[in-house]
Amino acid sequence: MGAPRFELTASPHIKGPDSTPRIMWSVVGSLVPVIAAATYYFGPSALLVIAATTFGCLLTERLFGKGGSIADGSAVITGLLLGLTLPAGLPLWMAFAGGVIAIALGKLIFGGLGQNVFNPALLGRAFLQAAFPEDLTTWPAAAESWWQLRGDNFAFPLMSADPLATVTGATPLGSMKFEQISTELGSLVLGSTGGSLGETAAVAILLGGGYLALKKYLNWRIPVSILATVAVLAQIIHLVSPELYPDAAFMLFSGGLMLGAVFMATDMVTSPTTNLGCWIFGAGIGALVVLIRLWGGLPEGVMYAILLMNAMVPFINRATQPRVFGTKKEAVA
Amino acid sequence: MLNLFGVTFRHGVHPPDSKGLTEHIPVRRMPFPKRVALPLRQHAGNPAKCLVEVGQHVERGDKIAEADGFVSVPIHASAAGTVAEIGWWPHQDGSMCEAVVIDVDEFSPQVPRPRSVPQWEGLTPAAVRSAVQNAGVVGLGGAAFPTHVKLAPPEDCPIEWLLVNGAECEPYLTTDHRTMVEYPERVHFGIRIMMQCLGVKRAVIGVEMNKPDAIEALERTCPTDIDVTVRPLIVKYPQGAEKMLIHVVTGHEVPSGKLPMHVGAVVQNVGSIASIAEIFETGLPLIERVVTVTGPGVVKPSNLIVPVGSLLGDVLDYCGGLTDDAAEIVFGGPMMGASQPDMRTPLIKGTTGVVVLTKAEVKPKQTYPCIKCGHCLDACPVFLNPSHLGILAQAGRYEEMKDESLMDCMLCGCCSYVCPSNIPLSQMFALGKSGLKRQQQAAAALAAEKAAAEEAEADIAVPTGAGAT
Repeated sequence: MGAPRFELTASPHIKGPDSTPRIMWSVVGSLVPVIAAATYYFGPSALLVIAATTFGCLLTERLFGKGGSIADGSAVITGLLLGLTLPAGLPLWMAFAGGVIAIALGKLIFGGLGQNVFNPALLGRAFLQAAFPEDLTTWPAAAESWWQLRGDNFAFPLMSADPLATVTGATPLGSMKFEQISTELGSLVLGSTGGSLGETAAVAILLGGGYLALKKYLNWRIPVSILATVAVLAQIIHLVSPELYPDAAFMLFSGGLMLGAVFMATDMVTSPTTNLGCWIFGAGIGALVVLIRLWGGLPEGVMYAILLMNAMVPFINRATQPRVFGTKKEAVA
Repeated sequence: MLNLFGVTFRHGVHPPDSKGLTEHIPVRRMPFPKRVALPLRQHAGNPAKCLVEVGQHVERGDKIAEADGFVSVPIHASAAGTVAEIGWWPHQDGSMCEAVVIDVDEFSPQVPRPRSVPQWEGLTPAAVRSAVQNAGVVGLGGAAFPTHVKLAPPEDCPIEWLLVNGAECEPYLTTDHRTMVEYPERVHFGIRIMMQCLGVKRAVIGVEMNKPDAIEALERTCPTDIDVTVRPLIVKYPQGAEKMLIHVVTGHEVPSGKLPMHVGAVVQNVGSIASIAEIFETGLPLIERVVTVTGPGVVKPSNLIVPVGSLLGDVLDYCGGLTDDAAEIVFGGPMMGASQPDMRTPLIKGTTGVVVLTKAEVKPKQTYPCIKCGHCLDACPVFLNPSHLGILAQAGRYEEMKDESLMDCMLCGCCSYVCPSNIPLSQMFALGKSGLKRQQQAAAALAAEKAAAEEAEADIAVPTGAGAT
C-alpha cells in the first residue's frame, strides 16, 4: 500500500478503438486496389514511379520530421497519392523530387502532421507541374507487352526524358478539350484509358473510398458533394450546348476527379471539421473543377480546385460552427 | 407495449457497456468494516459542521455533522462505534478533506435508535423538504447535489415534469439497474412523494434499453392513479446527463447557463428517489448506498450495499481483492470517474461504483498531433468544437475558450474518448474551467483591493482638498 502501483489519469479512463496511425494505415490499405489497377494498366513503370515518390516522402520525413513520425503512416499516404497523380513514363528522379517537395514544403514547413494548410501530395504535384510541364503531360500510349516501360523512367537525374523513348498517347479529357473526341464510358469506368496512374480505374477508387467511408475514416459528404456538384453543373451545361460540352457521366469518370474527390479532398487535415463545412467544401471543389475543365486553359482542374478550396477551409470552419446546445442561433454568430 | 422504440439525443458515443459482469448479480449487504471514515464534504455546497468529539460513542444513524446553510446536508454515522479521529483524510476527488473516523463496535448488532417514521401524506412540501434535508439525502448519481434544494424551486419556475434518471449510461455501473430491478416499489413510492411535494402531474422514468428487466419491473409496479411512465432510451453515452435526458423526454433545451427548473423540469436519480422513500419507510437517514464493484481487475464483481464511509481497501477485500493485472481503480464510471491512488479513500454518498481496469483497458499514453478529423465535433453532445478548444487550451488562452462556450462543456469525456490522436481534451477543458475561475477570483480580489485603496485615498484626499480651499 502507498507504493505508486496504480495509474492516476484524468477521465475518461477508457478510449475508443481509433488511433491516428490506424486511420493512416487504413488509408494506405485502401489505396492497394488503386495501385493494383495502375500496375495492371501501366506495367512496372507504375510501381517504379509510386516507389520513387514514396521513397522521397519517407526520406524527407525521416531527415527533417519529428523522431518516429514515419510510423504514423501519413508520409506513406502522401507518397502513394502523389505517385498516383503522375504519368507512368515520368523520369524517376522527378518523381523523387516531387516526393521531397511534397513533404518538405507541403507539410513539414507548416509544423508537421496536422498543421498543413494544403494537401501535401497535391502541392508536390503542383510543383512538378510547374517545373516539368512537358514531362507531366506526356501520357504513355498503349504498350506492346506488360513488361515494357511506359517511358524513359530511368532518365539521368536533372535530365529530361529522352523523347525517342516515349510514345505519347492522349487522355480522354485532352481529346475532349482539344479535339472534341469523346471516349466510351465503359473504358472510363474500368480505367483502360490514357492518363495518370491512379486516375483511370474508377471502380478501384470507389472500392477503397467506400471502405474508408464505412469506417468513418473519411467524411462521405465531401466526395458526394463534389461528384453531385460536377454532375449537376456538367449536365446543365451539356444540355445547353451538347456539341461543345461533354455530359455528366464523362465528366465524372474522366481525369483525376474520382481520385481527387475520394482520396485527396477528404484528407482530414486539409478539409473542414464541420459536416456542413464539408458540403460547402465539396460543392466549391465541384464548381471549380467544371469551371477549369470547360473554360480554363488546362484540360484538368481537380488539383487546383482542391488546393484553392484547401485555402478556404479555415473560413469555412469558422462560418459553419454548429449551434451550441441551449443557445439561440443569433448568440453563436 | 407501445415503447418498442427508444428515443435519444444527437451526437454522443457508444463505448462498450461492459455491464455483463454485474447486471444480473443481486445486491447483497457487505458486513460492517472495522472502521469507517466520513468526510464532512460529501455533497455539493458547504461542507457539514462536525458535532462530535474524539472518544465519543455514536449509534448507527446518529447525526455527527450538521448542515451549514441551505445548500448543505447533515452527515450521519453509518455504523455504531467510537470516534477515533477527526482529521485530514484522503477524499475521492484527490484532495484531503476533514473526516470523522469511527472505530466500529465489533460485536454491535448495529441497531439504530428507535425513531419516528414520518407520515408523508399529511406533510406540507416544506416539511417533506426538511425531512429530506435532515436525512442527508443527496443526488446518488455522482454529483451529490442536495436533494431538498431541487424540491424547493423558486416561485417563478413552475415545475411541470419530474424526470427520474435511470439511464445509467456510464459503462460497467449497474447500481441504478439493480435498484430498479430489486426495489421498483420503493422507487415508485419515492416518485409519489416527490410528485406531491413538487405538485407536478407527470413523472417520466428514463431507462436505457440495455436494462429490459428494469423497464419490465418498473412497468409491472407502475401505479395507475398517478401519471408515471417508463420511457426506454437508446443506449448511448451520455444519455443520463441531465440536459440530454430533459431534451429527450420533454423536447426542451436547457438554456446555456440555466438550470433544469428553468424549463420546468426536476431530474432525480433513481437511487436518491429510493432513499427518499426509505426516510418515509424506516425513518433512517442516508447511511448506506448501493455500489457496483466491478471491472476485469476485480476477482468477484458484485453489487453491494455498503455503509457510507467504508474504505476502498475493505470493499475490495470483500470482493475477493484485485487481480494481478489490475492497473487503475476508478470511483464512478470510467467516462467521468476519478482514479484513486489510496486504499484508505472512503466510498461516500456520491460514489456510484468502483471500477478496476486492467492494463488492457487503460488508455494508451502516446498522443499524436490533432489531424482535424472532426470526430470530436460529431461526438460532443452540446455541439462545441473540442478540436479548436483544445488548440486554445494548449496555448492557455482561457478567455478565448470562454467565448467559444467552454462553460457549456459538461466534461462528459466524449471528445477524449473518440480522439484518434489521444489528446486529453476533457482534461484540458477541466483545467481551462478552473483556470478561468482562478482568473475571475484574482480579478475580483484585485478589484476589491483597488476599491479599498481608492476609498482610503478618498479619506485622505477630502481633508487635504478642504484645506486648500
